[in-house]
Amino acid sequence: MQLTMLLEMAAEAFPERIAVVADDTALSYAQLLNAARHAAAEFRTSGCRHVALLDTNSPATPVAIFGAAFAGKPYVPLNYRLTAAELNALLERIEPAYLIGDRAYWQALTIAGDSRAVETADFFQRVTTASSAADVDATETEIAIQLFTSGTTGQPKAAILRHDNLLAYILGTVEFGAAAEHDAILVSVPPYHIAGISAVLSSTYACRRMVQLPNFEAAHWLRLCREHRVSNAFLVPTMLSRVVDHLEQNPGAEPLPDLRAIAYGGGKMPLSVIEKAMRWFPRADFTNAYGLTETSSTIVLLTPDDHRAAAASDDVLVRKRLGSVGRPIDGIELQVRDEQGAVLGAFQAGDIYVRGPQVAGEYLGSGSQLDQQGWFATRDRGYLDADGYLFLEGRADDVIVRGGENISPGEIEDILLDHPAVADAAVVAMPSEQWGETVAAAVVLKPGAAVSAPQLQALVKSRLRSSRVPEAIQFKDSLPYNETGKLLRRVIRQAFQ
Amino acid sequence: MTVLKPGAALKSVVCDGEIMVIRAPAGVDVDIRCGGAPMASSRDATPGATLDPRFAQGILIGKRYVDALERFEFLCTKGGQGGLALDGEALAIKVAKALPSSD
Repeated sequence: MQLTMLLEMAAEAFPERIAVVADDTALSYAQLLNAARHAAAEFRTSGCRHVALLDTNSPATPVAIFGAAFAGKPYVPLNYRLTAAELNALLERIEPAYLIGDRAYWQALTIAGDSRAVETADFFQRVTTASSAADVDATETEIAIQLFTSGTTGQPKAAILRHDNLLAYILGTVEFGAAAEHDAILVSVPPYHIAGISAVLSSTYACRRMVQLPNFEAAHWLRLCREHRVSNAFLVPTMLSRVVDHLEQNPGAEPLPDLRAIAYGGGKMPLSVIEKAMRWFPRADFTNAYGLTETSSTIVLLTPDDHRAAAASDDVLVRKRLGSVGRPIDGIELQVRDEQGAVLGAFQAGDIYVRGPQVAGEYLGSGSQLDQQGWFATRDRGYLDADGYLFLEGRADDVIVRGGENISPGEIEDILLDHPAVADAAVVAMPSEQWGETVAAAVVLKPGAAVSAPQLQALVKSRLRSSRVPEAIQFKDSLPYNETGKLLRRVIRQAFQ
Repeated sequence: MTVLKPGAALKSVVCDGEIMVIRAPAGVDVDIRCGGAPMASSRDATPGATLDPRFAQGILIGKRYVDALERFEFLCTKGGQGGLALDGEALAIKVAKALPSSD
């Protein structure tokens, strides 16, 4: 089956309901279906091999996603923040492409061979105003989406997501038509992020109205929440942090009574931010989602009940779960393994492996990365507590190897963040003649707060083995994050070279 | 008789109903019917077939249907007037459980 099924069902059951709205433009589910079919006809006659999107979110995004699915061409959303040279290299890999985007993003690029670039507004205008009904049947293909990973080193890998993987995720986590008539989700993650894609697929199957915010800004986000009576929202941690900051700086802000559910993910959420957010939105259900591009989005969830139980508990271990990503969703098996592949017990940190029908684990060129039993190495590290709650400790590539001892940055960062003067902290490897690598930390202090490097070193030493104590600590004004909230550790590492 | 494969689409030949196989044991031959007539991959597989009023309880879009042992599960992708039956046993709507969702 194809992703087109999700939209066909929504349009069949709720043809008049608004599917997507941004500024003055809105499409109902019936209109979205018709536009996607017209788009598919265009993609087919163009002779393209891939449908690419190089733009911020707009109603053209779901049209392109479902249009590509109808046409049987992989959909490839590209990151508009990349340089022209980086984008040219990606375009070369998807030739011939039908590239949809704002002219400002592609006019300096090399649109070579049989590829073509079209202005988003023109494309949208054509496929939404075509007078005839497009009678396009979905072409049965296997690959639905190709996403270039943000690979911190080397060439970006092209992750492949099959229709089967994405449908397994949607059918396993969304009840058809679950949204109430006036429900709306505010989509503020960019279209090239897996969360931006799963937002479109989940909302469509839930028959929920999508309200789009192309460029996140806290005040704008709050205004759209009010204007559209938004009921659901997904944010990356940096966005939620900015929303909370904005509310603190503008105490007179109106409440958001319709906002029932706030989900977050895509990076590590500081405890202080989630605690504050829960106080600002006491009636909202908070959900923490952990997933990867290669797993068709979310695989582990910390549910609203988990949030409330943790926030209200006196038990240290239960309270700590506010910093966990939760437990695997139905259909996902999860193991923590040591370097030899042995499955580890509770509270033992190691490499995280997952298995399930939504786990794609496949890259163009290098093929499936699943082992013979279907397990996928996430390359994330972490541990499970006694009740199966998963705590992440960072990427396997971020592990510091000090004299043969593996050290996860996460446990040291958590302790630094416990200090009342510390606002943010990142621990990275620093070259060492004696140990090969050793521990270094970049620390951001809260406004007006003070603490010395020796004091922080003493704090870490009081709780962990001495090998974990940062040998060097730099104080910074802020830490480098990308626009979706991912900490750029390589930038921090450079400062310690 | 058919061997059902997860992901496969089946159409009623007597009404608008369509279903998708969500779960089915591998290699088990079954008789899946809607409105009393065997379902097929194409609607005009059995010309002239009509809806049997004894199997006309209808199917609803988005609902999941299961056998008593829940070995088989189907998703209704298009509603119709016929009712589903597997090897002569009427299929029932699966009770929707609260699904956790992040998006």
